[in-house]
Amino acid sequence: MHEAMIAENILETIFAQTKKKGGPLGAGRVVRAVISCGQINAVNDEAMQFAFEAAAAGTICQGAKLEIKHIPLKGLCKGCGNEFEFDLYNPHCPKCSKNDFSIGEDAPLLLEEIELEED
Amino acid sequence: MKIKVNKKILAKNEDFAAANRKFFTSKNILCINMISSPGSGKTTILEKTIRQLKDKINVAVIEGDLYTRLDAERIRAIGVEAVQIETKGACHLSAEQITRALHQLNTDQLDIIVIENIGNLICPSDFDLGEQVRVVVLSVAEGDDKCAKYPKAFAQADVLLINKIDLMPHLDFDTKRVRQDALKLNKDLKIFEISAKTTDGMENWFKWLEKY
Repeated sequence: MHEAMIAENILETIFAQTKKKGGPLGAGRVVRAVISCGQINAVNDEAMQFAFEAAAAGTICQGAKLEIKHIPLKGLCKGCGNEFEFDLYNPHCPKCSKNDFSIGEDAPLLLEEIELEED
Repeated sequence: MKIKVNKKILAKNEDFAAANRKFFTSKNILCINMISSPGSGKTTILEKTIRQLKDKINVAVIEGDLYTRLDAERIRAIGVEAVQIETKGACHLSAEQITRALHQLNTDQLDIIVIENIGNLICPSDFDLGEQVRVVVLSVAEGDDKCAKYPKAFAQADVLLINKIDLMPHLDFDTKRVRQDALKLNKDLKIFEISAKTTDGMENWFKWLEKY
């Protein structure tokens, strides 16, 4: 459950942006946050939602909707030259089934965007 | 109102990891991060490795456990400095904890620092501690499907130690399968088959470490 620590880090990143952590709910409160992750650098959606909800309680992010984007990892087959979405749990070229390939750089864990409630 | 943030979520850990790595480089210290399931034999591998190398190389150990100081005591018993980090339930070590542990070590004469991470094949993989070498240990009793089931740990390691090979006669462990699965994920992975108990196969690991 490293999602718990990631949830805390998401909140810290948001607080650094909003310059506030708590306060009365309403204007300025965070209603939505969008994060993205790679394939090696991935999170489990269910655990992430659970951890975020728990960590956000009592802060300006309480009740905020968390969107999680999974960025595919590019694989390049050395056998047939096919470029494909690399699946860490099934590592082979979907076209020729060979497993000689190079993989691109994995996307980092990113806080992309937040949405604040309007006045 | 929408605000574009685009900040790395684990930036704080990455900052500490980068600082640790800079520190190791400036002191000419090799830092190794050992990751595995609980009970794979990390501490025994360390004990045997240190016994073999301690006349030639100055080693210190940072031990991570959820609870107890047992592992640090085992390392100190062989005459090597050890710092214990008790995470009180957290499933992995963070780079910041390593920074704090480094303050407790006398690093002036050190050649190698080994970090024994929390016994867990999942979470520690996501946290760079600033190490130069990551070692993953898999004991044969855990089964030969682990690379396929826990690919992250193997995809990001530099060395795989397949431990407890003395148990092979009692198990249906397919070493070839593990090698294939692991190399599929990580073609540069260096693999050693060892028994920390009997020290079979460990000489190649010692040699690799001395050369590094």
